[in-house]
Amino acid sequence: MIEFHLDDRSGLSPYLQLVRQVRQALRLGPLDEGDQLPTVKEVVAGLAINPNTVLKAYRELEHEGLVAARPGVGTFVTATLADAALVAHGPLRQDLRRWLARARRAGLDEESIEALFMTTFRTAAEEGIAWPPSSRPRGWAKGTGGAGR
Amino acid sequence: MAAVIQAQGLGKRYGRRWALTDCTLDIPAGRVVGLVGPNGAGKTTLLHLTVGLLAPTSGSVRVLGGRPAANPAQLAKVGFVAQDSPTYAGLRVADHLKLGARLNPGWDAALARGRIGRLGLDPVRKAGKLSGGQRAQLALTLGIAKRPELLILDEPVAALDPLARREFLQGLMEAAAEHELSVMLSSHLVSDLERACDYLIVLVDSRVRVAGAVEGLLATHHRLTGARRDPTRLPADQHVVAASHTDRQTILLIRTVGPVHDPAWAVHDVGLEQLVLAYMRHPETTALGRPTLAAVPPDATEVSL
Repeated sequence: MIEFHLDDRSGLSPYLQLVRQVRQALRLGPLDEGDQLPTVKEVVAGLAINPNTVLKAYRELEHEGLVAARPGVGTFVTATLADAALVAHGPLRQDLRRWLARARRAGLDEESIEALFMTTFRTAAEEGIAWPPSSRPRGWAKGTGGAGR
Repeated sequence: MAAVIQAQGLGKRYGRRWALTDCTLDIPAGRVVGLVGPNGAGKTTLLHLTVGLLAPTSGSVRVLGGRPAANPAQLAKVGFVAQDSPTYAGLRVADHLKLGARLNPGWDAALARGRIGRLGLDPVRKAGKLSGGQRAQLALTLGIAKRPELLILDEPVAALDPLARREFLQGLMEAAAEHELSVMLSSHLVSDLERACDYLIVLVDSRVRVAGAVEGLLATHHRLTGARRDPTRLPADQHVVAASHTDRQTILLIRTVGPVHDPAWAVHDVGLEQLVLAYMRHPETTALGRPTLAAVPPDATEVSL
């Protein structure tokens, strides 16, 4: 079982934060096929959020084929995201570290690095080049601050 | 979906002063509705009209299809927790539950006892000896155990410390999830309601300034920043809620259903708090000749739910 948390200052809608936390748990291991998600009542009672927010997040995960609702029982994980992609994290992280070191040597401070990364990330995602269609994050454009609409 | 509250031109006058003016609402069932506005805006008047403690001066309101407080069946369907979590200081916690059982035909005694137990409230303690947070929880227990279809709460968390506030809203949301309860609660602080509400009404100076599903409101309001220009020359579907200018820059908060294409503007999302503050601070935006009073169209309020 996982426990959700909400960050009021993340700029992401609560529903999207829940969806991402499940995806993350599927990717990194805490959630596995067959595991049960907290019930809507549990999430709502824990976070003091609107029940429809949780329902919407669970529907979205269901739509993505990651979980399935068993009426009267609960919502269960039906797929996992912890696949080959996880293996790629190591080398990618190394590349990123090297890139960060170069950015610093070039005189960029943290803020400039973050801004450069985010604008590149956004432009790439908008142009659809960074993601093969199957792995493009859903609802991405909606939750990222809305720049460049 | 059936409407839980339908108001048509609803108004209430005290002497020469209108406490609520021309209020038109159509709120679907299953929502947690936040009623936000500064003190004295007319929130309590609207809530009292909805539960039937007040009769309208003009217009009408239907609640769950019936006239407020028209008969015992109607009374049983609507729960009301008035301001300052009213309890009887001289009565014990258990007496409150007994009273609830006597006064409410649909009383859920098991629920009430269970809730009091989980909260750790001592049944023999007098309500006057409880902390503010505990008193609020007792009042909420009575409201929930009545098993209404709609629970209305007037400023339920205003007097509570942050922890008690959180615990109160946790209990309320849990009940909303468990019993498919529609809820309407008022507050002068939108931050109290931001997580809990999925429908928002902003009331300022006795008038509804904006009303709609939160998701629709967030999707249709944007902050535009750009070089200084005349906001009256925007496309017809973009309504200015608030405008501010420096000698070089113009910042607008607009409401529009369509996308903003003009490349001269940088477009930003707006948080619920900013949105509410903009409506509260600029009650005169209609003076620009652009109507800002209309509720967001229904097709926009239901985006992706």
